[in-house]
Amino acid sequence: MSQTGTLMGFVHRRRRGAELFLLVLALAVGIGAYAAVGLGLEGQVPADIVGYGGWLTALIVAAHVTVRIVAPYADPVLLPLVAALNGFGLAILRRLDITYEALDDPHTFARQQLVWMTLGVVLFIVTLVLMRDHRVLQRFTYTAGLTGIVLLVLPFLPLIGREINGARIWINVAGFSFQPGEVAKVMLVIAFSGYLVLHRDALALAGRRVVFVDLPRGRDLGPIMAMFGISMMILVLQNDLGSSLLFFGLFLAMLYVATERPGWLVVGAALFAAGALAAYTFVGNVQNRFNFWLDPLDYYDDSPGSFQLVEALFGQGWGGLIGRGFGDGFPERVPFAYSDFIVSTIGEELGLTAVMAIVLCYGLIVERALRIALISRDGFGKLMAVGLGAIFALQVFVVIGGVTGLIPLTGLTTPFLSYGGSSLVANWVVIALLLRISDQARRPAPRLDPVDESAADSEHTQVVKLR
Amino acid sequence: MSELTLFLVRVAFLAILWIFVLSAISVIRSDMFGARVPETARGGGPAPTGRKGNGKPKKPRRGAPTHLLVVEGDNPGTRAELADAPLLIGRGSDAAIKLDDDYVSTRHARVAASGDEWFVEDLGSTNGTYVGPVRITQPTTIGVGVQVRVGKTILELRK
Repeated sequence: MSQTGTLMGFVHRRRRGAELFLLVLALAVGIGAYAAVGLGLEGQVPADIVGYGGWLTALIVAAHVTVRIVAPYADPVLLPLVAALNGFGLAILRRLDITYEALDDPHTFARQQLVWMTLGVVLFIVTLVLMRDHRVLQRFTYTAGLTGIVLLVLPFLPLIGREINGARIWINVAGFSFQPGEVAKVMLVIAFSGYLVLHRDALALAGRRVVFVDLPRGRDLGPIMAMFGISMMILVLQNDLGSSLLFFGLFLAMLYVATERPGWLVVGAALFAAGALAAYTFVGNVQNRFNFWLDPLDYYDDSPGSFQLVEALFGQGWGGLIGRGFGDGFPERVPFAYSDFIVSTIGEELGLTAVMAIVLCYGLIVERALRIALISRDGFGKLMAVGLGAIFALQVFVVIGGVTGLIPLTGLTTPFLSYGGSSLVANWVVIALLLRISDQARRPAPRLDPVDESAADSEHTQVVKLR
Repeated sequence: MSELTLFLVRVAFLAILWIFVLSAISVIRSDMFGARVPETARGGGPAPTGRKGNGKPKKPRRGAPTHLLVVEGDNPGTRAELADAPLLIGRGSDAAIKLDDDYVSTRHARVAASGDEWFVEDLGSTNGTYVGPVRITQPTTIGVGVQVRVGKTILELRK
């Protein structure tokens, strides 16, 4: 990670017009999906489309205007991608609400999600306005780390901790339930970046070479072992395979980027293999998940069984290339179609074509995050951008890979699509942080005292002429 | 609502979705190749990336600063050649200009070149880096004789 980026040879344009153009298209995706849901399920365009569309537009315009004012050089593609995914997710939730209502199991997922999105956009704006330089976060390295760990422990406390669907990852405060783990992710990224930027030299240089790979010294294994311990603790105590994988993978990715040493990946992969083996042997849940992945149909009738996964796979298979159309699928057969399995709903009703578009959108978000890391001028910003991008990459891989049967299923939310307030709000803040880093990275270095410099120049030229 | 209409609605929506994704990609593409080269880099001479490479060091322009000098503080007279840029300022042992100032962070600030311009960048120090009276929050261009203050120390670029 050279400090003078190799990409500083040119000045980035602001591209706010391009962002506006993409945002209009993103709104067309969101509102168009809402209209299509109405047409497919109720035979007419929903009556509240004007109010709904107006609210969505107002949120997006507010976010765009904020970016224009306080982060004029920020990346032009991130906000539209997020707006499109969020709008699309809202329409899918609306579609599920209608079906659940017909089944006498009324939910208002779409409405609640819209409230959470509003809160998310407000926090997005607040973050961008209050934090003008992401480097101030470096001062809070250890505070952020401590906060992250406290947030992870919160669900175990009596009174506020709650267990929902077998995973103890919730807290309940004043009638609202919240997943502190979603905020902990962001805190840990800040802590890792601050820590690694200071200590990466020690972690990068010392070590010995074993068969083409530089293995790190034993005494430098402290941080990675600590992180491994925390991940295993999450797995065993919270029974949450997805988060455990996410935290460890995140730390490993950042460690690799900070040190440029494949040796850490070897150590990390060995630890992961050991952890996975231990989990497979001792945690019944993990063994089940693994069996369901290998032979889903064999465990269809068991309890706990692979019923959910099999129904999701059937749904996606039936959806085929362009899907059944809104209202012509049966996503309600899949439990949790509104959260972990929202991708299977999309696959059933809009087919592979839409799922590919969604995966591509996530891919572009990760690409932009890595791009921001490349052009960022300071090491802390680079590492933070990598970490935030890695969160998206890991989360999307684990969830969509699980739902499509590529890897064993682990519960995590699909960012911006699934129903879930904590995740949505936290992800909007993550996007605000990424935009702030990219604004700093793309902003050309300002010229100070041009008069002074040119005066010195001309003075010197005269001396040369005299000589 | 007829079957055909629903089919068309579905296809239309998928089309919008893909138009959005492809437009996003095209914006990224133009962002990659469409960026302007600043005037300083266009004026000739190798790109600033060449500076760090193992090629021949660029011949300094006449009137360009050649070294960074501590003019006030605990270590007056300490200097570092700009040819070794980027220069790290701080209390750490890896700093090009090592200061004994208690108000300076281990890795406090950095002086580096972009094109023909020199700029100073704060590396997240505790007490900040000042160019003139202003605390900087981003890389700031400095000319010859502009006073840069870190802690109780003042540095200048000199010819």
